[in-house]
Formats: sequence, C-alpha cells, structure tokens
Amino acid sequence: MGELTSLTLKAALDGLKAKTFSSVEITQAHVDAVAKSKALNAYILETPERALQMAAAADARIARGEAGLLEGAPLGIKDLFCTESFRTTAASKILGDFKPTYESTVTANLWRDGAVMLGKLNLDEFAMGSANETSAFGPVTNPWRAAGSNQSLTPGGSSGGSAAAVAADLCLGATATDTGGSIRQPAAFTGTVGIKPTYGRCSRWGIVAFASSLDQAGPIAKTVEDAAILLRSMSGHDVKDSTSLPVDVPDFASFVGKSVKGLRIGVPKEYRVDGMPAEIEALWAQGIAWLKEAGCEIVDVSLPHTKYALPTYYIVAPAEASSNLARYDGMRYGLRAEGKTLADVYQNTRGAGFGDEVKRRILIGAYVLSAGYYDAYYLKAQKVRRRIADDFKAAFEKCDALLTPATPSAAFPIGQKDVDPVTMYLNDVFTVTANLAGVPAMSIPAGLDKDGLPLGLQLIGRTLDEGTLFSLGGALEKAADFRAKPKAWWAS
Amino acid sequence: MTNDLDVVAADPKKFIQGRTGPWEIVMGLEIHAQVASNSKLFSGAAVGFGAGPNEQVSLVDAAMPGMLPVINRYCVEQAVKTGLGLKAQINPWSRFDRKNYFYPDLPQGYQISQFKDPIVGEGVVLVERDDGSTFTVRIERLHLEQDAGKSIHDLDPHATYVDLNRAGTALMEIVSKPDIRSSEEAAAYVKKVRTIVRYLGTCDGDLEKGNLRADVNVSVRRPGEGLGTRCEIKNVNSYRYIMQAIEYEARRQIEVLEDGGTIKQETRLFDPGKLETRSMRSKEEAQDYRYFPDPDLLPLELDPAWIKAIEASLPELPDDKKARLQSQYGLSAYDSGVLVIEQERSDFYEKAAKGRDAKLVANWTTNELLARLAKSGQDIENSPIPPEDIAGLVELIETGVISSKIAKEVFDRMWAGEGTPQQVVDKHGLVQVTDTGAIESVIDALIAANPDKAEAVKEKPQALGWFVGQVMKETGGKANPAAVNEILRTKLGVL
Repeated sequence: MGELTSLTLKAALDGLKAKTFSSVEITQAHVDAVAKSKALNAYILETPERALQMAAAADARIARGEAGLLEGAPLGIKDLFCTESFRTTAASKILGDFKPTYESTVTANLWRDGAVMLGKLNLDEFAMGSANETSAFGPVTNPWRAAGSNQSLTPGGSSGGSAAAVAADLCLGATATDTGGSIRQPAAFTGTVGIKPTYGRCSRWGIVAFASSLDQAGPIAKTVEDAAILLRSMSGHDVKDSTSLPVDVPDFASFVGKSVKGLRIGVPKEYRVDGMPAEIEALWAQGIAWLKEAGCEIVDVSLPHTKYALPTYYIVAPAEASSNLARYDGMRYGLRAEGKTLADVYQNTRGAGFGDEVKRRILIGAYVLSAGYYDAYYLKAQKVRRRIADDFKAAFEKCDALLTPATPSAAFPIGQKDVDPVTMYLNDVFTVTANLAGVPAMSIPAGLDKDGLPLGLQLIGRTLDEGTLFSLGGALEKAADFRAKPKAWWAS
Repeated sequence: MTNDLDVVAADPKKFIQGRTGPWEIVMGLEIHAQVASNSKLFSGAAVGFGAGPNEQVSLVDAAMPGMLPVINRYCVEQAVKTGLGLKAQINPWSRFDRKNYFYPDLPQGYQISQFKDPIVGEGVVLVERDDGSTFTVRIERLHLEQDAGKSIHDLDPHATYVDLNRAGTALMEIVSKPDIRSSEEAAAYVKKVRTIVRYLGTCDGDLEKGNLRADVNVSVRRPGEGLGTRCEIKNVNSYRYIMQAIEYEARRQIEVLEDGGTIKQETRLFDPGKLETRSMRSKEEAQDYRYFPDPDLLPLELDPAWIKAIEASLPELPDDKKARLQSQYGLSAYDSGVLVIEQERSDFYEKAAKGRDAKLVANWTTNELLARLAKSGQDIENSPIPPEDIAGLVELIETGVISSKIAKEVFDRMWAGEGTPQQVVDKHGLVQVTDTGAIESVIDALIAANPDKAEAVKEKPQALGWFVGQVMKETGGKANPAAVNEILRTKLGVL
C-alpha cells in the first residue's frame, strides 16, 4: 500500500469516493510513512490515534453518502494552528505543553469537510525564519538533496515542516502560513505548490499570531489543483476575525485547466536583482515562454518601490510581533521561570522561552515603535507600504497577473546562512511584497537546477483573484510537467 | 492668555494665599466611565457585578494564543451617545491603538485604546457650582478603551492574585481641557458628567464600585503667568477625595515653589487615610507605551445616518430639562438645578407637580423630601412617600384644608408610613379650623383673661403676635392663620 501516499489529494479523494480504498487504509499508510520519517523532523507531534479515529468516522460518512469536500484525506497541520486538546507550540519553548481548548477556524473548516489530522508540523519559532532553523524542536531537513551529495539542505521556512511533509509524501497536503514568504519559499525549495491567498481570505482566528497585518494561512500541496481544493475548504468569512473578508469562496479548482489565452502577464523589471543566479534568470525566461505559448500576452511592468519592500517588511513585521508576543509572560499558560521580582519572572520566562531570532525581532520591533523612533521607522514604513500596494494597483491596470521567480536561489545547506540574519532575510526578497500589499501569490515548481534541486516560479494576482492564479498555475504546471520526486533516503 | 488651552478668566476669589502671595490652581480631568454594557469591548464575555473571581473571562480576555478582538457595536453606540451628550464632535473615522506594557492583570501585554484618532472630539459641558452659578469646561476628546483586570496583593503575603473579570471591560475616557480652577469646580464637573452619562444610560456612574473614576491634572501658577508643570493624581473615586486630593496637591506645589523649588512632572497617588498625595512615578520613569494602530482591528467607520439616528433617540438632557423646568413651572435656577441632577428627581417632581402649585411642590420636594432622603441615605426611587402624596399634600395646603405648619406634621406622619396626606389629616383631626365662630370664642376668652395685653397691643401692634400664638396653641395649630389675624385685628382695633 506504499503507493497510497504518493497519490495526489485529488486522486486520493477520487479513490475514496469510488471506495477503491478506505480512509483508514490511506491514513494508516501515511501514519506508517510519518513514523519512518524522523530523519526529516517534519512532524513535531504525531497523532496517529486521532488520525485513525477521524479516518474511521470519514469512512462511515462516505458509506452513508455524506462525504465532505475533503472526506477521509489525511493532512498535516503547521503547529501554528491551535488544535483543540492537541499540543500547540509555534515551535517555541515558551508555549511549553500548551493544549488549546479551542480549534482554529481554518482547521475547524478542514475537519468540517472531513479531513483527517496526521499531526502537527515543524516550523520556525513563531514562524520567524526562512530556513526552519529557529525551531525549538530543531531544523527540518529537506527531502531533496543535491545530486551526489548527502548534505542536509533546508526546506526553507517558516513552513518548512509543511513543505517537507508534502514533498516526502508524509501527507496529502498541509496547512501553512505566510507572513513574508513562509508558504511560497518552502514550496519552491521542495518542489511543491504553495499559495498565500488574499489577506483576509482565511480567518486568522486560532492561529498563533506573528504579524497580524501580514499573516495569512494557505495550503502547501502536491499540485495546483490540490492547492485549489484545500484553499476552498480553508477559506471563508469569519466574524471572529475583524480582518476576515466578507466574500464568497469560489470553487478554486474549477479555475485549474481553464484557458489562459489572452491573459496579460506582467514581468516586473525590479525583480531582476543583482547577483541572481543565471539558472533563476533562465527559469524565469522559460516561464515567460511557457505562458506566451499558452496564449498569454507578456507586458513589461514596473513596481518602483520594490527595493524598499524588504526593509519595510523588517520594520512592520517585528513591530507587530513585539506586541503580539507580549502575552507570553509566564502568567497564564506555557513556560514560567520563577524569579524574585515580577520583572525577574518576566525576564527569566521570556529569556528562557524565546529563541535568538524571536528575541532579535522583538527587540527590533520594540525599537522601531519607541518614542523618538516611531516616525522615522514605523510610520515611514507604513507610508512605503502604501506605495508598494499602489505599485501593484498600477501594475494590475496593465496586466492580469505578475510572473516572478519565487526565490533568489535553490535550497541551501542547513546552517549556511545562520551567521548573518540579513543574508537570511534576503531570501524573502521576492515574496514580502505580496504580503505588504495583501495580494494573493503562488509558488509553482518549474524545474530543477544543475544539482537537481527544485526551483519555483511565483505568480502574483489581484486582490481576491486567486482564480486567475490557479488557471495560470495550472498552465505553468502543465508546461513544466514537473514530475521529479526526492529519493526516499530518510525512510528507515 | 498664553494659548488656546488657557482661556478661563482669572477669578481672584478662587486664588489660594501662599506665604508670598496668591496662587491660581489650574486643572484638567480625565474621567474613566465604564460603559453600561452586558458584554466587554472586544469579547463576548459578560460584564457584571458579584461574579466569582475569573468567572467572566473569555479566551480573548485571557489573551490565549491566536485569539482576536472583535468590536462590540453596543459599546460604540454608547460612546457616540455620550459624545453627543457632551455636545462634542463625533468622528466618523477613528482607530484603535495598542498601548504596550507588561503587568499581570493585562493579559495581552497591551491595552487596546484610542491614541491618535479618538471616536469623539471636542465638546463642552456646562457645570453648576453649589451656589447655582455656572461655568463651562471644554472637552478635549472621548475615547474607548479596555479596562485591565484586578491585581489583589493582600490575600497572601507572598503572592499576588489576579482577577480578570474586569479585563476587557469597555471604558470611555473623557478628557477635559484645563478649564477648572478650584476643587469645588472639579467635584462639580465630575458630578455634571456623571449626571449626563446617567441621563444617557451609557454609564451607571457608580463611584463606589469604581465605574466612574477620575485622574486629576493639577498645576499652580501666580495669577497672570503661563501654565505651570502639572502632576497627575490617579484614580480618585469620590467627590470628597477629589477635593481633598486637589487641596493637598495645590498646597504642596505652592510650598515647593515658594521654597524656590520646581515641580517635577509626575504621577501621584492620593492616600485617603493620610489625606496626602505621594509620588508614583516621575516623567523620567514614565513608560514608553509604544502606541501603534492595532492591526487586528479595522478602523472604526461610522455611518452618518447611524449617528443621526442616535442623536434623534437621545433623551432630554439635564441642561435642556433645567431650562424647561424654569420656563414651564417657573422654578428658580437653583431648584431646577437640584431637580435635574438625577433624572429620577425631576421625574418625581413632574409627576407631583401635575395640576398643582408647581413652586410649592418644588419646595416640598427639594427642601423636605430630598433632605429627609439624604439624611436616611435613600434614593428618590425608593422614597417612602410617592409623588402622588406630595401632590396630595400640596393640594391640602392649596385648598386651605391644612396650614403650612400643619403640613409639616402631616409630612412627618407620611414619612413615618401613616398613609396618604388625607388619611393622616383624617386620623389625627388636623383639618384647619376656618369656622370664624369657633375662633372668635377662643379670642374673646383670651382678651377677657388678658386685658393688660389687649391694651398693650393698641399701643404696640407688633404684640399682636402673642395673641396669634395663643390662639394657635388653644386650637392645636388648626386655626386658619389668616382668619385668626383678621378677627384679632378687628377685636383689638389694630389696623
């Protein structure tokens, strides 16, 4: 039954519906695969009993003809989503053994539609990182290795566990979150599809907050169609999140396979950055050629404020994080380190509970919000953010979607960029703009580099126009015909 | 006048005398009024008095991971209402900010408040002093914010307990401009704001429970000088404490200045036991709250039609009611002022005054009933004498059935629960004697028994009073005083 794990979500749902196999069978196959995947460190909590129990319930519903959209499909959940009575850590020591008494809206939507939970997936601590190295549970290892090498590579971050689990067939799909590229960069590093929908598409209720105005949930999946199926289930207006958009959820999968003829594709010149590897440049040109062949019109566009996006992001996100993470104070839940005075308790608890990167961002955030610096940093960044959003608006007058590389490089060795935080931050150079503007963006595997590592292209769309992204993503997927899989070296 | 903040004309009567000359106190107040709402500002948790510790705490209030605030429409409506009651500008666009600081009773590590863009802008309040004269206090702004929980330090010598029931409760912070010049004015201003919010029903105004509390910004200066450095006295929650705190603080500042010192801008606490204020933290120690717009909430945009609808639904406010009582019933500014302080008082009055001598009803309501209620610590809602009986009492006076003097006795008996005025009069035979025959025979007997006094009256008409007193005594006070006077004058030949 090993093959069951290699099915796409769509194929699995078809098989379940046709009763070719049961949810218990496909769930068991994944549970077994997960149990053998310790070397990847993708799961930080396995919930096999829960999974099989949910699978049995799904089989019963299928038997009664009451199957939901995701009935019986085993999924992995990024450990940033609160799951009722299952430990939720945000990959931080500070949450300790925290078991929520509530279920995040996004995961509740998945369970409503019949999905099965395999466990909780590793991530950068509080989703702060681009290599999954800041996790208190240790780094995730990319299932992909360079040809002829045994060196461990990063799957990217912060949704490294989600991307690795999907790439290694440890789930049919996974939830993820994206604050500055945390879905798209890991997807690109692992040959998977990831979409960050429009800000407000998915409820943030019950997701441990990093930067409220940027955080957005989305899926990482094996195919564009799978991503569309998952996103439909995850989305929807939620009165418990004031920033959730009161709009209907389209059947995203219906856009996959639609003709893209006549769509205008913008190629932003500012994304041609210095020192970009030739392979990335070539891949981008290839992507443009594929879409041209599919009938798209290619137009040159300019997003003039792109160069300010990264500094803007690294002011806005830490500012919000410094405040969002204030609640981890050792008073009501999670880790508490005692001290003589109240200040000692705070210092000891937060000193012991947070890792270096989280501390760094809290410090940056507190600094840019402090009296005397607020105008120069935070306020300025807000103004630039508005300019960046205006850039996109202007560009979308001329085109229907943008095509860019997803990342400036392929997956790199674990620990390589750990020395200098700024080098690490540069990973997000192509992805942060979509978060700052709130627009949807998707990463699609488009080819392999000279070492046999996957590379991704990014599509950026208009607000709430994920449909067009799914059509274009489908076209790119078809043209690229990306079928490469990592060798299962980790399976013990 | 140094700037637009400083517009109140100096009044030497309010100056405080120091060793070196007179000083003027300048004050602005921040009133925190808890919104009378069944649920909290950003969570569905209940708000109520008397629940056990931490029984009214939602996941949002406890700041559990991933929880998000959602604005309570009802609370917004109350803030708009209050703004309209303060004759203030309602801002159709406002925003919530986070005020960041660590404290165990602040679970989020920040308070959601409105810093730069409050829901209500400038307004004005007309305030009555005790002598009936009025002054105006300009309102700077009103904003909505969350209250914190309660830290309880005295249950255990080694631990602090935290009760989060209050955490997240909606407060309106009403900030005045520095238009207040004496401790009496400060107390009168708080009273007036309390009256307004109670009329509107937006806050119950309960000072004892802390549902209405004030921070007082006090500074002093020599008359004619610019504004001095201010100190903020935190959380004073009774009129008496407000006055005592201000008196002490002004004296303290004057002493410092007269000794050649300077005032440090700081936050101070009032100790009601020692009747003094003491330093809590100085400006240098003041925290940097790192305010920034709360990214979990959208800006608050109000539909002008909604604001109009709220405006149309406002009750008659105290100032309007006061003016109406004066014109409709011919009451003095003072009496109508006393009656409008509490809506229940004026309601009571208007019920009693229907069809009766309105001024007489006002006298009986304010001088007798309110005094009696105050003495026994009761509210007018629970008055043992209903408005119908005050009306009945006045009717008996108006129709000459009883005299004003007898009316006092009737009132005492009504207060004691002996029934309606008519019942009291009947039971005790207190009907005024207007039968001239009966009065005449009493007077004849008196004159016969006191010929010397009768002679004296002819010389000195003022002595008539002795006879009046005797007649009243003989008749048990029931004789109609006008009739007694007339008969006496005729019989004694006094004109």
